[in-house]
Amino acid sequence: MASSLVPSPSTSFFHTTKKDLNLSSFSSSSQRCHKHASRKIYCSVAAPQQTQRTPSTTGSVKTAMTMTEKIMARASEKQQVRPGDNIWTNVDILMTHDVCGPGSIGIFKKEFGEDAKVWDREKVVIIPDHYIFTSDERANRNVDILRDFCNEQDIKYFYDIKDLSNFKANPDYKGVCHIALAQEGHCRPGEVLLGTDSHTCTAGAFGQFATGIGNTDAGFVLGAGKLLLKVPPTLRFVMDGEMPDYLLAKDLILQIIGEITVAGATYKSMEFVGSTVESLNMEERMTLCNMVVEAGGKNGVIPPDSVTYKYLEGKTSVPYESVYSDQQARFLSEYRFDVTKLEPLVAKPHSPDNRALARECKDVKINRVYIGSCTGGKTEDFMAAAKVFLASGGKKVKVPTFLVPATQKVWMDVYSLPVPGSGGKTCSQIFEEAGCDTPASPSCGACLGGPKDTYARMNEPQVCVSTTNRNFPGRMGHREGEIYLASPYTAAASALTGYVTDPREFLQ
Amino acid sequence: MAFFSSTATVPQNLTFVSSNKLSFSPSSTTSFNFVSFPSFQSKFCKTITSSPQITRAHAPPTPSTETTTASSFHGLCYVVGDNIDTDQIIPAEHLTLVPSKPDEYQKLGSFALIGLPDSYTVRFVESGETKTKYSIIIGGANFGCGSSREHAPVALGASGAAAVVAESYARIFFRNSVATGEVYPLESETRLCEECRTGDVVTVELAENRLINHTSGKEYQLKPIGDAGPVIEAGGIFAYARKTGMIPTR
Repeated sequence: MASSLVPSPSTSFFHTTKKDLNLSSFSSSSQRCHKHASRKIYCSVAAPQQTQRTPSTTGSVKTAMTMTEKIMARASEKQQVRPGDNIWTNVDILMTHDVCGPGSIGIFKKEFGEDAKVWDREKVVIIPDHYIFTSDERANRNVDILRDFCNEQDIKYFYDIKDLSNFKANPDYKGVCHIALAQEGHCRPGEVLLGTDSHTCTAGAFGQFATGIGNTDAGFVLGAGKLLLKVPPTLRFVMDGEMPDYLLAKDLILQIIGEITVAGATYKSMEFVGSTVESLNMEERMTLCNMVVEAGGKNGVIPPDSVTYKYLEGKTSVPYESVYSDQQARFLSEYRFDVTKLEPLVAKPHSPDNRALARECKDVKINRVYIGSCTGGKTEDFMAAAKVFLASGGKKVKVPTFLVPATQKVWMDVYSLPVPGSGGKTCSQIFEEAGCDTPASPSCGACLGGPKDTYARMNEPQVCVSTTNRNFPGRMGHREGEIYLASPYTAAASALTGYVTDPREFLQ
Repeated sequence: MAFFSSTATVPQNLTFVSSNKLSFSPSSTTSFNFVSFPSFQSKFCKTITSSPQITRAHAPPTPSTETTTASSFHGLCYVVGDNIDTDQIIPAEHLTLVPSKPDEYQKLGSFALIGLPDSYTVRFVESGETKTKYSIIIGGANFGCGSSREHAPVALGASGAAAVVAESYARIFFRNSVATGEVYPLESETRLCEECRTGDVVTVELAENRLINHTSGKEYQLKPIGDAGPVIEAGGIFAYARKTGMIPTR
């Protein structure tokens, strides 16, 4: 299952301080995530770093809280919450899409009544994105169900699509929900965002509590505007050092998931801090938080700063208030990374924690490359891929290379933004010169397989390097397909050689 | 929100070692059959017993909120390994089915666990069938990881499974199981996926937190349900919210 922790250059810096807070309010169902029996956990135990809290002289003791705890306390109108508390939390935004929306709507109507109205028509954001450009009748019908509901409820934010033959003919259509939420200004620091999709955690990059829920919970929120949530304890990841120019946020999160395993953060919050994190742009921060769920995490958070506020400028008029972890806040564990010591990674089939150095997989022959999804299909991701093609000095890809921009806006950026150092070329020109497939209509695409006619779906057992988020058996279609998860740099480099390739082959 | 007491049929050549606490429904005590399909299979499907219990989440709600949960599950078990993710439980191509539509709900059931690799030579739902013969799924660590798709526990429940006994769960799957009532998510103390074999006859006793494997004759401790207990007891998130006054009663 998980990769074994054989000390390698990338772990020599690694230091874990494990402080097992014996929180008795924890239910037994939340504690298991580490299978210690078969794993060697490389860690050195140091003296506890958190100082004690001083009791108040007037009687009631206030404990310091982490960012996640603070957001949830505020959302539940409490002064104080502790990990393990089950609290009714007010929801600021509920997002759903074409796969889970119809089911959530069905439950909403059954439980609240056929004529019930949603709790707030401005807080429900409905984004068709999963199975859009397909002839599958049920998939198309599901978008119709969303439309009917939005009309009936006068939902303010519905990013509709009707003309499937030409995505550009649909002015409202956006594409991948998590990227659309960010681009349309629905992500705000300090808020609670729930979505019927596991990668809703992406929005934690904005310093908010964002997590995925199922149809029944979503149906409940549609009517009630709140949900019963359990406060998670927080794992802290401190990343310092200047980001090497061959690494991307995808490498950082693959490093972390490989370290703590696919269940290492189950029921926990993952907080990302440090000088490296501060140097990342918003899209890179989103990539980091996006794969929190692949470690089992409940949510991810990054403290808002000037980068966040700059991104938000002009996107939202709703006032927001950032919160930050207290100095004395208690974390379950803290992991420290010196990113200058890290190398480009892949997650080998068939698990996101099956971590390996890209350079150690150079003999793995591949059949295709996929660049897309909420994880690796944003503007910055395409810019990164273009950079590698450019650096190769005009080489052509050796395998079919599929490009699926996450949203309309990303698609437009790919066709209009100049790539630095290219003499004014756009990503699309560079991709064309390298022999990649034409960038496709924006959607989730083949990240999760989907209906059989989905563009770039893996319908035969092939080996694919992908910038997506999961590589469990059958994820992109065929049950015997082999998926290597990687950064856009690594994906582009691999496309150029036809083998899994460390991008330093071209970038240095 | 509903949890079923599966009716039980036990091959005659097995001696019962367990106590009289096993809650067989009255109709089954006279029906001891050899294992033979498909008539055997129909006896293992969940049935609503005569005791005042159980309305499924998708059925029209009964006026009275008297829903007592089942006290045990009994049937054949199906054993899977670690990290069974939602794509294996219900591949994405089937997610166009909307769980709240009854006919599509049934279809989801027929695809339950169809994403398991070919190394699983015994299929959870035989090809051509719509229901499973296995009432209880025994899993390893991190069962249900991956997507938040509620189609996953729904597919398992729709196929006829009553409970999952796993070493540990991914949180969204666990939450969805509790919210929908489609499968009862239990945790074991040990790695039952290494102790049990697909096809073993097992009983899960909720009050005693115990799993009995009749085929091997062994008993295993299960963990108490924990924080999800009150929500399950009430009958799901909606019932719980009504009971605690968070949303108005219907």
